[in-house]
Amino acid sequence: MYRESTIVNESASLPYNGGDEGDMIINVGPQHPSTHGVLHLIITLNGETVKKVDPNLGYIHRSMEKMCESLTYRQFIYVTSRMDYLSAHINNHCCALCVEKGLQLEVPPRAQVIRVLMDELTRLASHHLWWGAFAMDVGALTPFFLAFREREMINDIMEETCGTRLTMNYMVPGGVMADLHPDFQKRVHEFIAHFKKKIDEYDELITDNIIFQNRTKGIGYISKEDAIAFGMTGPSARGSGVQCDIRKLYPYEVYDKLQFDEIIETGGDCFARYMVRMKEMKQSISIIEQLIDNIPEGDFQAKTKAVLKLPKGEFYSRVETARGELGVYIISEGATTPYRIKFRSPGYCNLSALDHMAKGQKIGDLVAIMGALDLVIPDIDR
Amino acid sequence: MSFIKNYLNDVWGAVKSLATGMKLTSQYAIHHKKEKITQLYPDNRDTLLLPERFRGEVVLIHDENNEHACTGCTACEIACPNGSIKIITKFDITPEGKKKKALDTFVYHLDMCTMCNLCIEACPTDAIKMDQTFEHSVTDRNDLIKILNKPGSRIRDGVE
Repeated sequence: MYRESTIVNESASLPYNGGDEGDMIINVGPQHPSTHGVLHLIITLNGETVKKVDPNLGYIHRSMEKMCESLTYRQFIYVTSRMDYLSAHINNHCCALCVEKGLQLEVPPRAQVIRVLMDELTRLASHHLWWGAFAMDVGALTPFFLAFREREMINDIMEETCGTRLTMNYMVPGGVMADLHPDFQKRVHEFIAHFKKKIDEYDELITDNIIFQNRTKGIGYISKEDAIAFGMTGPSARGSGVQCDIRKLYPYEVYDKLQFDEIIETGGDCFARYMVRMKEMKQSISIIEQLIDNIPEGDFQAKTKAVLKLPKGEFYSRVETARGELGVYIISEGATTPYRIKFRSPGYCNLSALDHMAKGQKIGDLVAIMGALDLVIPDIDR
Repeated sequence: MSFIKNYLNDVWGAVKSLATGMKLTSQYAIHHKKEKITQLYPDNRDTLLLPERFRGEVVLIHDENNEHACTGCTACEIACPNGSIKIITKFDITPEGKKKKALDTFVYHLDMCTMCNLCIEACPTDAIKMDQTFEHSVTDRNDLIKILNKPGSRIRDGVE
């Protein structure tokens, strides 16, 4: 079993008057380019060394859980696209899975494969954007444009099949909203060929760059025990050696029939987290390659009643988004709307480890640590 | 001595990887015409092709006789998660002298719409669809509240 965590339970002190004499308290955000959204960090500094990071949330809180309680089981799915907008598909997928669990609905094989294909494409798009933004955080501008070039291809594929580029609402309870576009397979093949040509460029530009390695190696270290204690999931935790890929541990849809590796790095620093995501992109491509020519024929949607009513009870589903484990928990009283909905978002738990990672580091490294965590603020605040 | 050697090695490595990066960047700068991905919007407005499934705004389909297929069943209004559709119905008198429910006004609040496509899915007679228009900016918010049925339009014969 795991060793006991090294985290010390510090008494909660107010960030504004705590600290010794000579400490400086500065605010990063809520509007700051490197926080990628409206995240407000209250940082206590001693010289250039970070002593404490206090995230202040609530700037983009939309009370989504409460909002979903007044929507029916078909309607509430679209709201979750606005949670983690970079993996909107996977959020919708998790909600659809939870409703299907309640209805005990069998999803047709074609719909399952379409869902997994879309999930992996979303994961690729999300990792592309993260790669560009992370490189920009540590000071390189060109990668951002290269990453957006590839992401644009995925967005075009999404636009053709789903109708929208970012907030798709393509998953419905029982399957997907529409069948694949006739050009889908051709376009995905084009993308795979393009991606395989360009991924070496990524390594050439950033991964092998000595300046980048110096800025990320040994920065923001978190041990395996601490990562578990903070509840970290996704590539951020796998960089510390935690086995937490939901696709492997609790396979959903067709993931148990696929051949892919769970990427685990043991470095625990920003560079390890970077490498996990880079290798995960190649794994996603291999998953897409396995499925794209083997999409089974049949219905894309199971037959459902016009009004969905979940039986009385509690239902939980979990998926692996681009950032970690997303959980949807529904309590039903047998009505057409949920009695209570709870979302377990990956970003919130990953952010909670920021203070632990940044302690003792320089303020310039804080931006690199945040970039490697891949924070999406609407996902944290909901 | 080893400290100085390591330092110099680091500097040399940094310069080398900078040059590698700059080589790639300058390649793109020189050969940018081969791989042009930027679109010159709005100059390309006439040639811009959007996918047929693109969700721009909800429209009520009218044919050449100014007839539509909306029965006024309010299925779209019930399906809409944020209340952007309001159907006002009236009673038509059929030739047999019976009262029949029909569409009076199809009010669509584009300012509240999130393009989730649930109304299109819910429509039993396929009377509405998503249009490819996307330039929705106006100077007054009230301009976004639209009435979708054209003046004088009526329901197509045979649609129940």
